[in-house]
Amino acid sequence: MSTQGYVSVDAPVRMITMDVDGRPVKVREGTTILEACKTAEIDTPTLCYASNLTPVNACRVCVVELEGARVLVPACARKAEAGMKVKTDTERVRHSRRLVLEFLGSSVDLSTASKSTHEWIATYEANPARFGADASMPPPPAASAAGETASHDRDHAEPGHHASPDVSSAATVAQAPKLDNDLYMRDYSKCILCYKCVEACGDDAQNTFAIGVAGRGFDARISTEFVVPLTDSACVYCGNCIGVCPTGALMFNTEYRMRKDGTWDESKQKVTSTICPYCGVGCDLELHVQANEIVKVTSPADNSVTSGHLCIKGRFGFSFVGNK
Amino acid sequence: MLWGSNARAAHPIFFHHVLKAIRKGAKLAVVDPRQTASAQFADLWLGLNVGSDIALSHTVAREIIVSGLANQAFIENSTSGFEAYRDCVMEWTLDRGETVTGIPAASIRELAHTYARADRAILCWTLGITEHHNAVDNVVALINLALLTGHVGRYGSGLNPLRGQNNVQGGGDMGAIPNKLPGFQDIETDALARARFEAAWGVPIVPKAGWHLTQMFDAMEHGTLRALYVIGENPASSEADVTRAQHLLGSRDTLIVQDIFMTRTAELAHVVFPASVSAFETEGTVTNSERRVQRVRKALDPPGNARDDIWIITELAKRLGAAWPLATAEMAWDELRSLSPMHRGMSYARIEALGGLQWPCPDETHPGEKFLHARLWEKDPEKRGRLAPFSPVVDDPPVDKISDEFPLRLTTGRKLDSYNTGVQTRAFASPLREGEAIEISPAEARSLGVRDDERVRVISRRGQVVAKVRIDPGLRSGLVFMTFHFPEEVETNLLTIDATDPRSGTAEFKAAAVRIERLDAQAAVS
Repeated sequence: MSTQGYVSVDAPVRMITMDVDGRPVKVREGTTILEACKTAEIDTPTLCYASNLTPVNACRVCVVELEGARVLVPACARKAEAGMKVKTDTERVRHSRRLVLEFLGSSVDLSTASKSTHEWIATYEANPARFGADASMPPPPAASAAGETASHDRDHAEPGHHASPDVSSAATVAQAPKLDNDLYMRDYSKCILCYKCVEACGDDAQNTFAIGVAGRGFDARISTEFVVPLTDSACVYCGNCIGVCPTGALMFNTEYRMRKDGTWDESKQKVTSTICPYCGVGCDLELHVQANEIVKVTSPADNSVTSGHLCIKGRFGFSFVGNK
Repeated sequence: MLWGSNARAAHPIFFHHVLKAIRKGAKLAVVDPRQTASAQFADLWLGLNVGSDIALSHTVAREIIVSGLANQAFIENSTSGFEAYRDCVMEWTLDRGETVTGIPAASIRELAHTYARADRAILCWTLGITEHHNAVDNVVALINLALLTGHVGRYGSGLNPLRGQNNVQGGGDMGAIPNKLPGFQDIETDALARARFEAAWGVPIVPKAGWHLTQMFDAMEHGTLRALYVIGENPASSEADVTRAQHLLGSRDTLIVQDIFMTRTAELAHVVFPASVSAFETEGTVTNSERRVQRVRKALDPPGNARDDIWIITELAKRLGAAWPLATAEMAWDELRSLSPMHRGMSYARIEALGGLQWPCPDETHPGEKFLHARLWEKDPEKRGRLAPFSPVVDDPPVDKISDEFPLRLTTGRKLDSYNTGVQTRAFASPLREGEAIEISPAEARSLGVRDDERVRVISRRGQVVAKVRIDPGLRSGLVFMTFHFPEEVETNLLTIDATDPRSGTAEFKAAAVRIERLDAQAAVS
């Protein structure tokens, strides 16, 4: 093979062996338990994890039992070590994952969350409704009239300024969607605070730092500085926050409008991979096309050029196509 | 090192890779007259006077040489012409460099030492280097620095022109260069290549270079170029000195334009062929800035009677009496592979499986080259091959001189959310878009007595426009900036000069001399 000038980029890596659900698994040193589970072909639920971002251990849905550890450990962040013994399907693990999904599902609208999220909810028999109403359902009129939860202004919540909780049902993060620019919208009643958007906007990718986490405890929320509209913020509309959002809290305006009109239909969408027509970097675009119109643009997280991230032109600059 | 490049705005996803390196401790130096968005992430920003790139490069080179930081072993083993180069840079002391470039000597010294001492260093440039009347000299001046320090031909070191347009590299690869056949085979000197193409195409290949764009405009002026077929280009808006360009385009015997838009150029045409959007409505390949050949795929049906480029060209050939079979994109690509050795190993199947392949890729077992010029580091002189030549070049300031009448230096460039003459980007509703403006420094605004958003007249030796003022603290006194994204609002290229590099054919968009005049109070508010 002629390989003049070609060098392997990666330093040599040692392989280690660990035990997952009683089976020996060989993985690269320095990788995570999640990778080991993947290697063993064990499906692990994740929400706050993304392969192109630093793990933040926010959601705890990926926890596994590690022999010798007092508490369950997050598979996405915990480094794999030689000789580890991990169990992924014990009653303790199943119970913990179910609770995480129920807590999130009872306070956050998961109706547009990924398909896999709904599959895990089914797998772990999570029943958010047992904490009161399911947050993905519209609140009953009585509840919203009594409504601390619905009318509570989460954007300006001050620490300690809480109304007494209505103990008959779980509090929710319900609030009006934010439609403040022409490209994408934010509906934080669907936000599970996974931090991925903050990371993608920050030093994991875009380094723009337009959003952060404001508030504490149940009032914690994703916010621009001083809650200004996006158009007054540092946002540069790369949409990399949309690309990593697991619940549809962040959405192209096209998708939002089509869902509202009842025309959004993923079964009628075709995804085609092509190359961005703008600068010379050559970013891979996945065009989501429904009825010969581009309705959404993404990029694969494992792409060597983009790592899943795009700029405003690649993400939103397609309107010129089909101009008649 | 980013030299004459604002990658943060013009190549945002490339800049993500730079940012990753910065987070891991890499140093970034930015050489740019403006304190750009890229410069804000830099350890060192060198705000040189527009067009003093060779002066800066020579000053850096002298400092490296006199400090004993030149890579002697590499120079001896792998380069030629060092003595002449050394003699030509020796007059560029730090003091002289400071005077000519406007950069403090200490900063130039720091750049020289940081670059020379780095284990690995990449020097990237963009149009800040190439949109000058001496573009090739500017590029050569940067290549000299890489040869001086040995920062070339190794993983993590090298020279990298960041391509501004999606397939500008691919256009060159495919022979859209006056003196090259596809695969950079020289049409005049490479008789073997010519013979291969003659055999495949059944026609003689005339061993004569064609014209580049600027020469075409000269030929139009002299009446030797009377018919023009323009595909996917809008020279009536994008050329420097557009008044002349529009006049010449509009007075051809035949002007054919093939485009997806009714561009300014298309409005002048006798015939317009409606084309499809290559990235979204056709099959094919493009080559990105890292020489990676990538697949584009059809996701949409083109509107109305818009057709695929291959179909249009085949039909045109038919009308001209040549019965070409209608090829698929893959058939055309496979023909190229049979004629261009550097592309031979790149089948559609491999490009698909590997997510693109970097040329040269001579056979189907070759993984593609991650970087070029590794041969320069071979121990065996035979394998090392031709030595890389130093090229002494001379500092040559911009053609459009600053004077009392035109005291301001106008430079042009791109914004994050817009692209070239705006025909593609104006269709989407960017919240960042502010329209055209003449950007000036706070000091300039004070001395002219103008405010943000006030409309002013900008006058060069060639023309004048009216534009609103935007005050940018990233600019220095004497330097003003415009884009050319909104020609329907403000035709920036009425101001720019078409002084052109004779070898690259690129005009000096980066350096015009202008003055700014206030409109009378009445006009300023209207």
